[in-house]
Amino acid sequence: MTTEPKNTPPLGRVIVVTSGKGGVGKTTSSAAISAGLAKAGFRTVVIDFDVGLRNLDMTMGCERRVVFDFINVIQGDARLKQALIKDKRLETLFILPTSQTRDKDALTKDGVEKVLTELKTEFDYIICDSPAGIEHGAQMAMHFADEAVVVTNPEVSSVRDSDRILGLLSSQTHRAESAGAEPIKAQVLITRYDQARVDIGEMMTVTDVLEILAVPLLGVIPESKAILKASNVGTPVVLDGPSAAAQAYEDAVSRLTGTQVEMRMQGERRPGLFQRLFGRAS
Amino acid sequence: MNLFGFARKKPPIPSAHTAKDRLQILLAHERSSSGTAEADYLPMLQRDIVAAIRKHVPIGDKDVEVRMERGDQMSSLEINIELPAAAASKAG
Repeated sequence: MTTEPKNTPPLGRVIVVTSGKGGVGKTTSSAAISAGLAKAGFRTVVIDFDVGLRNLDMTMGCERRVVFDFINVIQGDARLKQALIKDKRLETLFILPTSQTRDKDALTKDGVEKVLTELKTEFDYIICDSPAGIEHGAQMAMHFADEAVVVTNPEVSSVRDSDRILGLLSSQTHRAESAGAEPIKAQVLITRYDQARVDIGEMMTVTDVLEILAVPLLGVIPESKAILKASNVGTPVVLDGPSAAAQAYEDAVSRLTGTQVEMRMQGERRPGLFQRLFGRAS
Repeated sequence: MNLFGFARKKPPIPSAHTAKDRLQILLAHERSSSGTAEADYLPMLQRDIVAAIRKHVPIGDKDVEVRMERGDQMSSLEINIELPAAAASKAG
């Protein structure tokens, strides 16, 4: 599946993965999307903006290889090359972890811009994993973005916060503040979607959420046991064996890179009668 | 009227439907206030009302209650002013 690294000039697209609300799947999605992009041959780096609550390193399975971090680079204590961790599974994937001890004020606009500018000369995609909330850390993560993936659960507080984030993306960011610049291309990624509950009217449908947020849909990730399983072992879900969630993330990645992929709504496969009678092998 | 009582019970509204309705009403207001804390003017309005009434009747700061009820089509502002009892106002 992995293709050779490209020899073309880097695309240098900055994509923020954000949501407002916590616990909706930002880090899981950042890990899955960046791994998916790298798997497709794109030179990809994923940056943890959650200063003080670093977690991307664990989700990516490189927590024991962190020496220098994003903040060290911003403050000039380490070079970018020293802080980047090369993924052990994919040749084209790098992780830039954040500091576990500093606070979010260590992120300065100038510092972030400098690091992003340097990364743009080497990478096709720069994925910014935003912290929850709308405070400084989240604002820094979105400020220089070209595109945004707004992770949303089909649940009232998550949708409300996503709407707020969409407002900030279109008013408080570098693109919003630069006259004549194209606005950030924002797309919604619906996660923890449970088709069975949607069918009986217990969960808002994809159409409901899109109607409220009025932005294009990047993908729908079904509620899946594969997510926790992948995070347990520190593997992005797209690299952790086939699952409905992995497939949905791969589709979302394809759409992110401009390929038209039909939206499929498959949930986790429910056990059939035969399986229920005789138990499952796995 | 019906023999089996099937039709008597209205099917319950799916909770997802309620969720969508609540969000649409709320977000319509939050967006119109452009992301800032909505109804910022309510405390100021309350202060002005108290000042205006105090010109004529002695009332305390807590005697005016301002409530907002946001609806889909229409929002209503409810202002409740508690005037002091006749005896109390004479004494004051």
